[in-house]
Amino acid sequence: MEQPVPVVELKGITKRFPGIVANDSINLQLRKGEIHALLGENGAGKSTLMSILFGLYQPDEGEIYVNGKRETIDGPGKAIKLGIGMVHQHFKLVHNFTVAENIVLGIEPRKGLSINYKQANGRVAELSEQYGLMVDPKALIQDITVGMQQRVEILKTLYRGAEILIFDEPTAVLTVQEIHELMQILRNLAAEGKSIILITHKLKEIMEVSDRVTVIRRGKVIDTLVTSETSESELAEKMVGRRVSFQLDQEKRAPGPALLQVRQLTVKGHDKGRNVLNDVSFEIRAGEIFGLAGVDGNGQHELVEALTGLRPIDGGSVLLGDIDMTRKSVRERMRAGIAQIPEDRQKHGLVLDFKVSENMVLTTYKDTRFGRGGFIDDKAVDEHSARLVQEFDVRTAGIHVPMRSLSGGNQQKAIIARELSRNPQLLIAVQPTRGLDIGAIEFVHERLLQAKNEGKAILLISYELDELYKMSDRIAVIFDGQIMGELDSEQVDDEKLGLMMAGNRLQEKGGGAA
Amino acid sequence: MDLISDLANLVNSTLVFTTALIFGAMGGLFSERSGVFNIGIEGMMTGGAFAAAIATWYAEKAGYGAASPWLGLAAGIVCGIMISLLLAVAAVTLKANQAVVGVVINILAAAITLYLVKIIFNGAGDTDVLSDVYSKWAIPWLSDIPFFGKALFNTYPTTYMAYVLVPLCSYLLFKTPFGLRLRSVGEHPGASDTVGINVTKYRYIGVLISGLLAGMGGAAITLTTTGNFSHSTVSGQGFIALAAMIFGRWSPWGVFGATFFFGMAQALRNFVKLYDWSKDIPMEFLYMFPYVLTLLVLAGAVGKSVKGPAAAGEPYDPSKR
Ligand SMILES: Nc1ncnc2c1ncn2[C@@H]1O[C@H](COP(=O)(O)OP(=O)(O)OP(=O)(O)O)[C@@H](O)[C@H]1O
Ligand SMILES: [Mg+2]
Repeated sequence: MEQPVPVVELKGITKRFPGIVANDSINLQLRKGEIHALLGENGAGKSTLMSILFGLYQPDEGEIYVNGKRETIDGPGKAIKLGIGMVHQHFKLVHNFTVAENIVLGIEPRKGLSINYKQANGRVAELSEQYGLMVDPKALIQDITVGMQQRVEILKTLYRGAEILIFDEPTAVLTVQEIHELMQILRNLAAEGKSIILITHKLKEIMEVSDRVTVIRRGKVIDTLVTSETSESELAEKMVGRRVSFQLDQEKRAPGPALLQVRQLTVKGHDKGRNVLNDVSFEIRAGEIFGLAGVDGNGQHELVEALTGLRPIDGGSVLLGDIDMTRKSVRERMRAGIAQIPEDRQKHGLVLDFKVSENMVLTTYKDTRFGRGGFIDDKAVDEHSARLVQEFDVRTAGIHVPMRSLSGGNQQKAIIARELSRNPQLLIAVQPTRGLDIGAIEFVHERLLQAKNEGKAILLISYELDELYKMSDRIAVIFDGQIMGELDSEQVDDEKLGLMMAGNRLQEKGGGAA
Repeated sequence: MDLISDLANLVNSTLVFTTALIFGAMGGLFSERSGVFNIGIEGMMTGGAFAAAIATWYAEKAGYGAASPWLGLAAGIVCGIMISLLLAVAAVTLKANQAVVGVVINILAAAITLYLVKIIFNGAGDTDVLSDVYSKWAIPWLSDIPFFGKALFNTYPTTYMAYVLVPLCSYLLFKTPFGLRLRSVGEHPGASDTVGINVTKYRYIGVLISGLLAGMGGAAITLTTTGNFSHSTVSGQGFIALAAMIFGRWSPWGVFGATFFFGMAQALRNFVKLYDWSKDIPMEFLYMFPYVLTLLVLAGAVGKSVKGPAAAGEPYDPSKR
């Protein structure tokens, strides 16, 4: 059978970074109109490969063919000319520009010397109509949701006439609803004849939307499979190189005494007008995982900040054991045993330009084991970091490279390693598995359960209900800064949670706060 | 003298002082909007003021007469651009620390210009007083309008240029493809790069425009207010211009308002001298006034978390993610 020429063919692509081979003679074919998924562990080299195709990196070896013709892609400008567009893992949008300005940037429609804004807005509206990507051309990027921002990124590529679209973990930042919409958008695009490469860690999405899938492990292609002829478990096994269990043995034990008590917590917004947290009360016992569900932006950030001490508390109290934490400083709280896996790892969890080893002691460098008399004992720090990197399987070229050079998932693993190694009493975990591959997710979940079994209290905030179901002993729902109700994990179902997440208080008796 | 006419005079001399500040601040604006801090505005203005004085002086001697200040202005521009090239190469190409380069430029410009003056003028600390500097032009018809004619339309050519500069910059930055790209490079160079905009090129352009305008600003001081060049010709006006840029929130019209405010502070010290009651005020206080004002305004403005272009100060490194 004769195959039509693939729209993109990568042949023997190799890319080395100091100390690491990120891509090891990779071969990949993208067919016209297909959705081709790229699956691989954190640090497997997926983003690197796509950056090469988009001209951000130059390969050390190998050839790239676009529509059968050999091309050298020496920059994004060239990639765009060849009809390649990329939606990046971290969006590339100018926040104080409008949607339309971001889209037309670089090829602005003109009227005389000026930008023809009317035409720009019109063209954007037209495109968004054609592909079902609803956006307001005149809105500022900083005012729209993450899901909208992603549409802007897609429109940017379409405006440039992209025929080949690369998506790097597009669903990592989206809500359930937005993911659903994105899947539909991808199908529409493929139906219009666009060829799509989709990087994602979520097997469900791959099964749902892709035609073929290529699995990469440690820089090498393991296999390319037709999606309809494979299964989630086969993919997982190919990717990790061993069997992965999706089920965890949750042992139900009697939890201990209340470790964290939050009483009538009230926090005012920055403008001091509205309460962003209103009369929030709950407790977490030792040896318990307390899940907090809710749509993003209903007070989760503020709750975490109030608990960790980043934001002053306007009313109510927070107790850790018997100690009142309400007015304590961040450091005092950390000392007392509060640890945090923050939501935005790059902003609040890491110093990207510091070495891996330095990042590993960011929260503990003042301990006597890491130095005395105002000096840091580099040897102790290095030993500690090397041990953590090994134990938590953080894939890095070494402990002295900057944190920035690690792949997104490995940055996340580094934070988790650091925070769990502090042996905290209370662990606040916000989206702890965001951006992680399934092997790593399994690992992190196991470590969280282990911590729980050791008698720690864990507050798990996640937008993924599956994760909450799987991990939590109890689940509460937050809406508009208030707790809508609380359920034992056995009583939970989608419908009840859905209602509460939409702002309805739990009706039944006995489910509410004690 | 009646009050209306006094006021018209005050506005007129305010605008003369404002002129140099507008050029300097607008220069800073272009650089920072493209993502490069330009602390070196002071140095670039000093270079411009010096070059203008020297060129005009030679032109006078060569008998160019009324054309001399124009040659001086051109020399100021060229000198400003040359100094800014230093910043562009160091900060954009070599990715040096922008604040340090700026400080170096300021020190260097102050020292070299004074050194050259001493060589050219046989050890004197300042240049000879120039005779062919700009004189005020009264615009026919417009200058006859009561109050406004006297305040706005009887002034130096450089001030007229400043009038045009503000709307021109505003148009350039906010209405043209060039402006959009320049601003994108200052906000999020990664975004510009991935749509095929050459970040280095736009930052060079931003910095060089900055030098051009700062050079003009310096020249304007020499050719209108002081009439010669010495170590105290610019005396901090570059820094005041930067303050005005921040106070004006990096927008041309905002900058215009802010420079007018600072220009007024300078004009006032000459203005009050016309009145008898000012004899009791020590001169030092009057001279301090613009600087104290700068301090107060900045302390107030910075307190309100003013944010400049997001990527200003950071060299662009495409491999950063
Ligand atoms: N600019 C760089 N400098 C040094 N090393 C790098 C650089 N970029 C990537 N790497 C390394 O190359 C490897 C592959 O990284 P890449 O980002 O492609 O992984 P990934 O498959 O996208 O992972 P994730 O799923 O976590 O995003 C990693 O080990 C990473 O540390
Ligand atoms: Mg990646």
